[in-house]
Amino acid sequence: MSKPQVGFYWCAACGGCEEAVVDLNEDILKVVSAVDIVFWPVALDFKRSDVEAMADGQMAVCFINGAVRSSEQLEMAELLRRKAKTVIAFGSCSHMGGIPGLANLHGRQAMMDEAYRNVPSMAAGNTVYPQEKSDVPEGSLHLPTLWETVKTLDQVIDVDYYLPGCPPPVNLINDAVGAILSGQLPPKGTVLAPDISLCEECDRKDSKPVDLSLTEFKRPHLAESDPQKCLLAQGFLCLGAVTRKGCGSVCIKGNMPCTGCMGPTSHVVDFGAKALSAMASLAAAKEDQEIDAVMDKIVDPVGTFYRYSLPASLLHRRYQPLADGGKQS
Amino acid sequence: MSDNKPTQGQFEPRIVAFFCNWCTYTAADLAGTARLAYAPNVRVVRIMCSGRLDPQFIVKALREGADGVLIGGCHPGDCHYQEGNYKALRRITLFKRLLASLGIEEGRVRLEWIAASEGEKVQRVINEMTEVVRRLGPLQLELRSRLNGAEVVTEPHAEGVPQGGRV
Amino acid sequence: MSQRITIDPITRLEGHGKIDILLNDAGKVDHAYFQVPELRGFERFAQGRPAEDMPQITSRICGVCPTAHHMASTKALDSLYHIDPPVAAKKIRELLYNIFFVEDHALHFFFLGGPDFVVGPTAPKAERNILGVLGKVGAEVGLKVIGVRKRLRELMTLTMGKVIHPVFGLPGGISKPITKEEQQKFIATAAEAVEFGKFCLQIFDDIVLKNKQYVEYITSEAFTHRTYYMGMVDKNNKVNFYDGDLRVVAPDGKELTKFPGHKYLDHIVEHVEPWSFMKFCYLKEIGWKGFADGPESGIFAVAPLARLNASDGMATPVAQQAYERMYATLGKKPVHHTLATHWARLIELMYAAERMQELANDPEIINPKVRTIPTQTPDEGIGVVEAPRGTLIHHYQTDDRGVITQANLIVATQNNAARIALSVDKAAKSVIIDGKADDGILNLVEMAFRAYDPCNGCATHSLPGKMPLVVRVFDAERRLVQEIRRD
Repeated sequence: MSKPQVGFYWCAACGGCEEAVVDLNEDILKVVSAVDIVFWPVALDFKRSDVEAMADGQMAVCFINGAVRSSEQLEMAELLRRKAKTVIAFGSCSHMGGIPGLANLHGRQAMMDEAYRNVPSMAAGNTVYPQEKSDVPEGSLHLPTLWETVKTLDQVIDVDYYLPGCPPPVNLINDAVGAILSGQLPPKGTVLAPDISLCEECDRKDSKPVDLSLTEFKRPHLAESDPQKCLLAQGFLCLGAVTRKGCGSVCIKGNMPCTGCMGPTSHVVDFGAKALSAMASLAAAKEDQEIDAVMDKIVDPVGTFYRYSLPASLLHRRYQPLADGGKQS
Repeated sequence: MSDNKPTQGQFEPRIVAFFCNWCTYTAADLAGTARLAYAPNVRVVRIMCSGRLDPQFIVKALREGADGVLIGGCHPGDCHYQEGNYKALRRITLFKRLLASLGIEEGRVRLEWIAASEGEKVQRVINEMTEVVRRLGPLQLELRSRLNGAEVVTEPHAEGVPQGGRV
Repeated sequence: MSQRITIDPITRLEGHGKIDILLNDAGKVDHAYFQVPELRGFERFAQGRPAEDMPQITSRICGVCPTAHHMASTKALDSLYHIDPPVAAKKIRELLYNIFFVEDHALHFFFLGGPDFVVGPTAPKAERNILGVLGKVGAEVGLKVIGVRKRLRELMTLTMGKVIHPVFGLPGGISKPITKEEQQKFIATAAEAVEFGKFCLQIFDDIVLKNKQYVEYITSEAFTHRTYYMGMVDKNNKVNFYDGDLRVVAPDGKELTKFPGHKYLDHIVEHVEPWSFMKFCYLKEIGWKGFADGPESGIFAVAPLARLNASDGMATPVAQQAYERMYATLGKKPVHHTLATHWARLIELMYAAERMQELANDPEIINPKVRTIPTQTPDEGIGVVEAPRGTLIHHYQTDDRGVITQANLIVATQNNAARIALSVDKAAKSVIIDGKADDGILNLVEMAFRAYDPCNGCATHSLPGKMPLVVRVFDAERRLVQEIRRD
């Protein structure tokens, strides 16, 4: 009996999800004895042509991490969708857009100018920019088309399950692999993590008062923090209250607030809006001026609340003004 | 969804309004019975308190074709549930800053305190906002997202619907 | 009409890439191009972010070396806020950083580049990987490698919060001290790491140096380039990963320059080619002379072999012994054989393990004072470290609230980008004869880049694009009715 075939691929990604799989440590030996990994560019030498040669649905499962922002990433996502029975969006980037999703705050032109003209280390007067097609003495070379907008995996292909986290916690990966191998997966579309917020598993939850009323928000580098007390209660923007648990609240154990990488529970449609709502509700201020002063401390609302989820949000990105409408640049 | 057909050559904004049951909605009723005519561009959704206004409603409305969102609640100190309107004020103050950084123009999202007796204020605010949004133009999110580069793919999946726990 | 062979994707590295090999009618390689096809835009979307978020944002440039970015970013924050962390904080940072070096270099040897030697460069595709390595070295050795890596990473999680995307870096220190009980774990694992370092050097000896064919590959002209070399050194010119000055030596070994990291703009310049999104760094003093090596060309290398070449030795005894042995074996400094990087990497692993042991046993690391709160107004900061894959520079400018207005990132593999291009081209020209290129031969071409342990995710943090011309027509209702594009 041949073993089920499994693939891993990365789109606009950092490789952290790959490392998370390697962090299964000894358990990875159990995995490889139960399945055949037939595509995993970080670790194995199988090429795109090997995937193209597969029969449709040949892979039992394909884990795809990374956001989708280029023609090549779209092609690979669609190819792997055809060749796999089940596709799992692995990690924050494929789930919600991830950190690469912050590129949606800018346009492609602005980014190009930054990298190839504005940075102080660029060769003076450089006018060369990467091109989709370039001619060299020996022939022509091609690069993929980069998109204006970063997308989540389910915005380009049908996704069966989601493993959240940046990267997904090892215990959740183990649980997911176990569920796959025993054929006991929940309904299609489920996020494979507990559907309750992080406060529930946090060591400091006993020090979180029932009623929180904050006179100020603090930035972590400008204030001392009590390592025993609830970070939110101390005025730090800890998004644990609106973020799924399952990661072991490791950031809080590291004395830093949760930044929301596991995404929201299933009751939420737009994570950043909900996270902002929750945090703003906690402020004590009532007068306009007082409120402004408190909110001034949140110097980057979009980066704070949509850090991992801008592409998945209802607005997806920042919008350019129309030629003669709007005052924003 | 956000390309409103012109009537008599004028852009007619579509504005979604969330009015709190106890104050603003009552005032709107009052405007109606007093036959105060106001612009027909506003679709009203009644919520029990402005504090019920989840910022997700704002982005959902904008996504689904609204050119503007108006929120109406009780004056500070008069909230039927004591403090709900303060929550609304804090949330919407912060959210408007975030929306600005996403390129959503000032004037498209507005919070007003309108007491139950202020039918005229309902009329004034709705008329004002309709003109402000008319000047800003239709929101046109799809078009604006394509302004700097061609996208290869459209999104095949439903917007904003949690499909069995998609988010 | 020329032919084309494409290796797509390249494998056993971090990041994306393809190699396009263009051949002429006679089946000879005209040129092989190492193309990096991805971009994400960190330098641009950093703008508007609070600087204190940058250690956690920039770590997402790379999930294999997130600690490197986290550390460079944290040092940039120290510089930005004009603040010097307490001694305990600096020692703890360096301790964790060396732990990271041990496990990341081990990852490369066993998972990424090493399989080419342990299993064989032209072994069947399905065996040229960690699983093949485990099969070759046996279960016991395999479990040892997995176990050491696991314990090193557990220590990183303990103090840095997360091992993949740490959280502990702050301007003026770190978020979490080490307790007396925790120190014992560090000491125990450090001892294990030192033994592991010796073990890795022994494996390299047994499997690589005793294999004539491998030694021939290593010393062959096909995998050799004579460039400048850059690395960070301490005040004794010994290799240091966490802090020091940057030293550059010429192909003949003479020191060209030595400078503090914050002066990097006087020495490093970026060059762009239209066929890759990755930028190529070169030395300002020498200039860009095209894709060529030699003293007239500004192309330089970074990472293990370069660091050893640019230094006067290793600061710890066992690593120093290994360093001397390598140069005794391969000839005088600098060694130009690219594949020798694999050896240099294990020598660095040895140093990192010994340094880890020094710091783990240092009583200062259990001092609870690990933070100073910044008081000065931020403006501009530069942080430099050696990432496992080379010199890494983070440069931030902010407004007076500490919100980023401009960010510049010179990321390790960019410094190697030009030399990688040379290596891949030369290897392809040497091993592809008469247009014949089976899987094993193409793997030899890939080995030319794998020695550098490139981090293409790192190298492609920036985002270029096209320059469209767009004409937009609005109607009287101020709606967009037509768009005319030249893309």
